[in-house]
Amino acid sequence: MSATSARPSHAAQPSGSAFILKKALISAAVALVLFSLMIGIRTEAGPQGGLIYWTRFGDLAALVGTVFGGSIIIELLRQWWGPVDKEHIVPKPVQAAMSFAGRWLAPALLVFAFLVPVIFYNQRYILDLSILVLTYVMLGWGLNVVVGLAGLLDLGYVAFYAVGAYSYALLATNFGLSFWVCLPLAGILAAFWGVLLGFPVLRLRGDYLAIVTLAFGEIIRLVIINWQSLTGGPNGVSGIPRPTLFGIPLDNSDDGLAAKLGIDFSPTHRIVFLFYLILAMALLTNWVTIRLRRLPIGRAWEALREDEVACRALGINVTTTKLTAFATGAMFGGFAGAFFATRQGFISPESFTFQESALVLAIVVLGGMGSQLGVALAALTMIGGFELFRGFDQYRMLVFGIAMVLLMIWRPRGLIGHRAPTVFLERNQAISSDLVKEGHG
Amino acid sequence: MDYFAQQLINGLVLGSIYGLIAIGYTMVYGIVGMINFAHGDIFMIGGFIAMISFLVLVSLGLTAIPLILLIVLLVSMVITALYGWTIERIAYRPLRHSFRLAPMLSAIGMSFVLTNFSQVSQGARVKPVPPIITGGYTLHEGSEGFAVQLSNIQIVVVLATIVLLALFTWLVSRTRLGRDMRACEQDQTMAALLGVDVDRTISMTFVIGAALAAVAGMMYLLYYGLVDFFMGFVAGIKAFTAAVLGGIGSLPGAMLGGLAIGLIETFWSAYFSVEYKDVAAFSILIVVLIFMPTGLLGRPEVEKV
Repeated sequence: MSATSARPSHAAQPSGSAFILKKALISAAVALVLFSLMIGIRTEAGPQGGLIYWTRFGDLAALVGTVFGGSIIIELLRQWWGPVDKEHIVPKPVQAAMSFAGRWLAPALLVFAFLVPVIFYNQRYILDLSILVLTYVMLGWGLNVVVGLAGLLDLGYVAFYAVGAYSYALLATNFGLSFWVCLPLAGILAAFWGVLLGFPVLRLRGDYLAIVTLAFGEIIRLVIINWQSLTGGPNGVSGIPRPTLFGIPLDNSDDGLAAKLGIDFSPTHRIVFLFYLILAMALLTNWVTIRLRRLPIGRAWEALREDEVACRALGINVTTTKLTAFATGAMFGGFAGAFFATRQGFISPESFTFQESALVLAIVVLGGMGSQLGVALAALTMIGGFELFRGFDQYRMLVFGIAMVLLMIWRPRGLIGHRAPTVFLERNQAISSDLVKEGHG
Repeated sequence: MDYFAQQLINGLVLGSIYGLIAIGYTMVYGIVGMINFAHGDIFMIGGFIAMISFLVLVSLGLTAIPLILLIVLLVSMVITALYGWTIERIAYRPLRHSFRLAPMLSAIGMSFVLTNFSQVSQGARVKPVPPIITGGYTLHEGSEGFAVQLSNIQIVVVLATIVLLALFTWLVSRTRLGRDMRACEQDQTMAALLGVDVDRTISMTFVIGAALAAVAGMMYLLYYGLVDFFMGFVAGIKAFTAAVLGGIGSLPGAMLGGLAIGLIETFWSAYFSVEYKDVAAFSILIVVLIFMPTGLLGRPEVEKV
């Protein structure tokens, strides 16, 4: 964030305890009205079908008190920290440590990822969790192509995830195709749907695009729910075959991997295999993205993100640029979906709700929109954070929503990474003011 | 023919509710230029507050239905309006000069907060409410025993919508606040220079939009007899579709779009399939945006560099 942003500078705000107290009182009063009925009174459908209610004034008082106290604390913090967008000078040693960490974090994480099944071989829970994290890392990297690089806000990414998952599930259960045949097919089908979605939204920008992709995601989900003869409707598809190591099943049969290698069978083998599978797929996504960024198409994506009009003026074909971004992102989503189907062995429309899209989008945004390392760390943080709320499932999405709002207010450019164009001019060039005047039409 | 007439009535009632929500979308988009993603959930909160206040009033021993309805209407409008104000203050105002996608993402977060707040505070189960306004008229007795019904609640919904729309049109075209709103819509900086309090005007836009959504929530409660914490999401997208169909930024357009979506949805369920009615509504959104991005009554958007 540059210090010379166009944002109007904050006027000197009044301080002092009277001001803080007044603000906190107002906040508490607002909270009292807001929560009076929603928290103070709890309704429930009674045994006879009618509604009954009981009061919870204790909770209400506690909540209003929390708002009052929290408001004082926030105001004190704000005065201590200064305006949100103020530049803070980081001391030299911290800077050096951070740049050191920045250089070594990615390789260290990679090595650690490879060693996870070795270190946690006997902890099934951690292995399952790491597979989940890696799935989201892959989804995040896939969506990053669309949102982070091309700057197209896609709220229906889960649709491609669903297409991939159902492609594999249906092909495998109906035609007996193996995972390795279906994986590319799932990717191709998802990319096809990506292009199909891309066409109508070519002319749309920003918010409109977001809503149309959201509608598209919902359409896919509703079709999956209602097309019962094909997809099994809300019951989903079960009995999806497990992946094989190039034809060798990972089970305790006579021609299973364990028997062939002459070692004792253990169900953990399959988990470890799945772990390395998703790790390889995620790394492939990452590698392809990094390579694409250096190609003309990747640069066109970034140019599109920065300024669509300028892009067109420079002769970049906006249509193909957008479509390839959608198709590439969708393809990775499809791969991840196929993996999801084979890991779960069972899929249903419940796994492909808007919440999933929002979660993946939050990972990309938290990761700084365009930073590969940032997305990986964000996925780790988010999924790990979700696990912390395991016991409080109902509060999970509430906290998620609050975190998303706070993140946008505090660090709209992402917590971890930052998006820098891959290529840029080394020196600043002065441009005559009549070249930067606002255009008309 | 009778069946058609009945569906027409049902569609108009549903469309009125969508139209009331759509006005909130279109106003906010017109002035701030963002999609208030949480607006559908404001509608849901409005329904909940109407339900709770109704319950409390009845248990306090009030029996006069018109009085109850009036108090419920006022309470839900006031509290929901405060929700709208608070959300703008917390989640949108700090982001007004941030990058393009930030307010949208913040709005999505806010939508999750509202949905899950009501789930946590009021439970996940559907809340049924006994019919409050009963009775109606039989307009036409068909030969095959099918009668076209017009219930009192349907009359109330449509009448309330017409009254609110008239009031609102007057507010925007004749009052100081409406003039400020139109000024902010055209050019916020210029409006500020000419002495319009932009922050206050934007806040008031959210307040009015939320109050209208509260009315829609109450009407939904009266008409369908239930509220649940998840009803805001789909209703919100449909209302947004209505706003886009009518031309975003245009108030009569929002109402027109709402009626159109309500009618399309009702006829689709009646003649094709109930399962795919949401798919129909969402497909309309996509089709409209492809072929008619400015909607029915919208102005073409000038692309600025």
